[in-house]
Amino acid sequence: MKIYHMTEEPYPDAWSVPAESLRVTLPNKYCDPKIASDLFHRYLDEWVLCDELGINLFINEHHATATCMTSSVNVILGICARITKNVRMLCLGMPIGNRSDPVRVAEEIAIIDVISRGRLDLGFVRGVPYEVVPSNANPVRGVDRFWEAHDLIVKAMTSHDGPFSWEGEFYNYRSVNIWPRPYQQPHPPIWISANTPGSVRRIAEHAYVLGTVMTGYRAKGLFEEYRRVWRETGHTSDPLDRLCYCSFVAVGKTEEEGLRRADQVMQYLRSNAIVSDAFKNPPGYAPAVANAQAFLKTGSIGLPQDHNLYDKDGTRICLFREATVEQTMRGGLMFAGTADQVYEQIIDFYQTVGGFEHFQMMAQAGSMSHEDTCDSLRLFAKYVKPRLEEFYASRSVAA
Amino acid sequence: MCWTDEKKPRILIGMTQTIFRTADKLPLPRLSLELYEAGSGPPLLFLHPENGLRFEAPWAEDLAAHFRLIAPSHPGFGASELPRWMATVDDLAYTYLDLLKALELKDVIVVGVGFGGWVAAEIAVRSTERISGLVLANPVGIKVSDRETRDIVDIFATAQPELLRLSYHDPANGQVDASAMTEGEALTLFRNREAIALFAWSPYMHSPRLKYHLHRIDVPTLVLWGESDQLVSQSYGRAFAAAIPGARFETVPAAGHFPHVEAPRLFAERILAFSNTKRAAKGSES
Repeated sequence: MKIYHMTEEPYPDAWSVPAESLRVTLPNKYCDPKIASDLFHRYLDEWVLCDELGINLFINEHHATATCMTSSVNVILGICARITKNVRMLCLGMPIGNRSDPVRVAEEIAIIDVISRGRLDLGFVRGVPYEVVPSNANPVRGVDRFWEAHDLIVKAMTSHDGPFSWEGEFYNYRSVNIWPRPYQQPHPPIWISANTPGSVRRIAEHAYVLGTVMTGYRAKGLFEEYRRVWRETGHTSDPLDRLCYCSFVAVGKTEEEGLRRADQVMQYLRSNAIVSDAFKNPPGYAPAVANAQAFLKTGSIGLPQDHNLYDKDGTRICLFREATVEQTMRGGLMFAGTADQVYEQIIDFYQTVGGFEHFQMMAQAGSMSHEDTCDSLRLFAKYVKPRLEEFYASRSVAA
Repeated sequence: MCWTDEKKPRILIGMTQTIFRTADKLPLPRLSLELYEAGSGPPLLFLHPENGLRFEAPWAEDLAAHFRLIAPSHPGFGASELPRWMATVDDLAYTYLDLLKALELKDVIVVGVGFGGWVAAEIAVRSTERISGLVLANPVGIKVSDRETRDIVDIFATAQPELLRLSYHDPANGQVDASAMTEGEALTLFRNREAIALFAWSPYMHSPRLKYHLHRIDVPTLVLWGESDQLVSQSYGRAFAAAIPGARFETVPAAGHFPHVEAPRLFAERILAFSNTKRAAKGSES
């Protein structure tokens, strides 16, 4: 099993500012650049620790928000390409449909891959709805723009015989010819994240790695859809290495310490959705039919997306943002306690959803301290990771 | 995908609703337009605002009392098709020039409200061959202020209650009751939202070049302005009128951004008076 750590590199000091939105509109006067600098150095130290512990990096980006200072995932990856030596670095991801210049994305990716000597995993995401505001990307036909950007970036990474031209619906280039080209051939492994079964098909058809974030047990349905399309397209193996699950993790020397850290990590869920109503569901981000059905049910024009936690048997528990640690654990979105307990919880989840090779943990969020974060990561690396790897290896042999 | 409302449309006396296909009459890519028609008299093409077409009494009845009222849903709005290639207001302008030709209309009064005013202006700068007069009610579509001053409130960044307060003289006039909606109406609501974003997301609610073409409009033009509009300022409306040769500017009291909804009788009367004056002017010229 491959293990990844994630933090959104938050700026928690601003989370207490009385504002209706932590995203899009929160004035950056609440950001003290000296504090931001200290935080970035601290988070970079944690990436280096991951490198020493054999935990892969999982870095993402958000915009105009105190919940995630990384407004350019490639900048942080570029630094990590040099300061880490061993582990994989997953970008998940790059909101390619929101970037105005996909060729520039391909250029940046190639640099990172070359400096890291081929340690980059390249994740593309559509991006959360409210980010069409800072990026100004039209939410209408956003999926089409995403796939055109994808096609263009893949072609830019894999064309080696001089310039090609591109005259598409969304992008125009007279001469694409990136230097350097990626270290990994033909290109770094591609990941794409999805939240609904409907979005899984195309990812499976490309045999890309499926990223799932904030799903809990709903991941089971997404994995089943991937496996279905996988078989449908002629594969006979189990695509475990194409499936990824992401959850919160908090390990302590005692159960009490683990649960205390879990409560800190939970700050992510409590703050993540604080965004003005106007930005929650931009026009065209979700299909009109889905919007209409949700509207008739709820009377609200909010995003028709499932924000609920579910029990293992599919029973609704509560909304993400209202969940307690105990409820989040019950919903398979938090593995917390002692190393033994965390291991058992992950294995139980793994077996419930049918298995996956990539396990991602958000082990830092909000104001969780450097000391707590490092200790939780060390405990995981020492007592959980080897057992997960052993479990996965033996399972693979058995299968 | 099915997006046609199965429910009977809101019926007005003598109204017909048809799905008009340009391919029936013109060698064009097939395009289905939802088209309402009512009344008789001089032809009047009504181009609806950004929140779509609600073809209903009293405004439609008041206009249909004097005109042959023709009101399409713009491509992507209501039950009108949105061809995959369509993406700009230019496409809408050409669609309506095709429609006027296909319906063999002459001396048409083109009336556009809000976003529909933008579409109407884009039509008129291209050709007034079949148009005898232009009425723009609280139109958007041009850039007036400097680059750091937005002329039009960003409807995509404004929550619903505030949007109603800014758009209407009386916000109750814009309230939507979800519990009373049919599936088709709910779908229309979200198709409309999506379509306006497609056409007006960026540059926001305007074409940077339209202002420089407005001098080409060579038919009598009336700019009506619902006084309570807080989405766009009255000075913007006056600037719009000033850019069109000979255009008149008149305010409509007790109405906001959608004067046809909030002051339907006055809206129809102003258009009728404009139409009569225009005819008289034309008569004295000949």
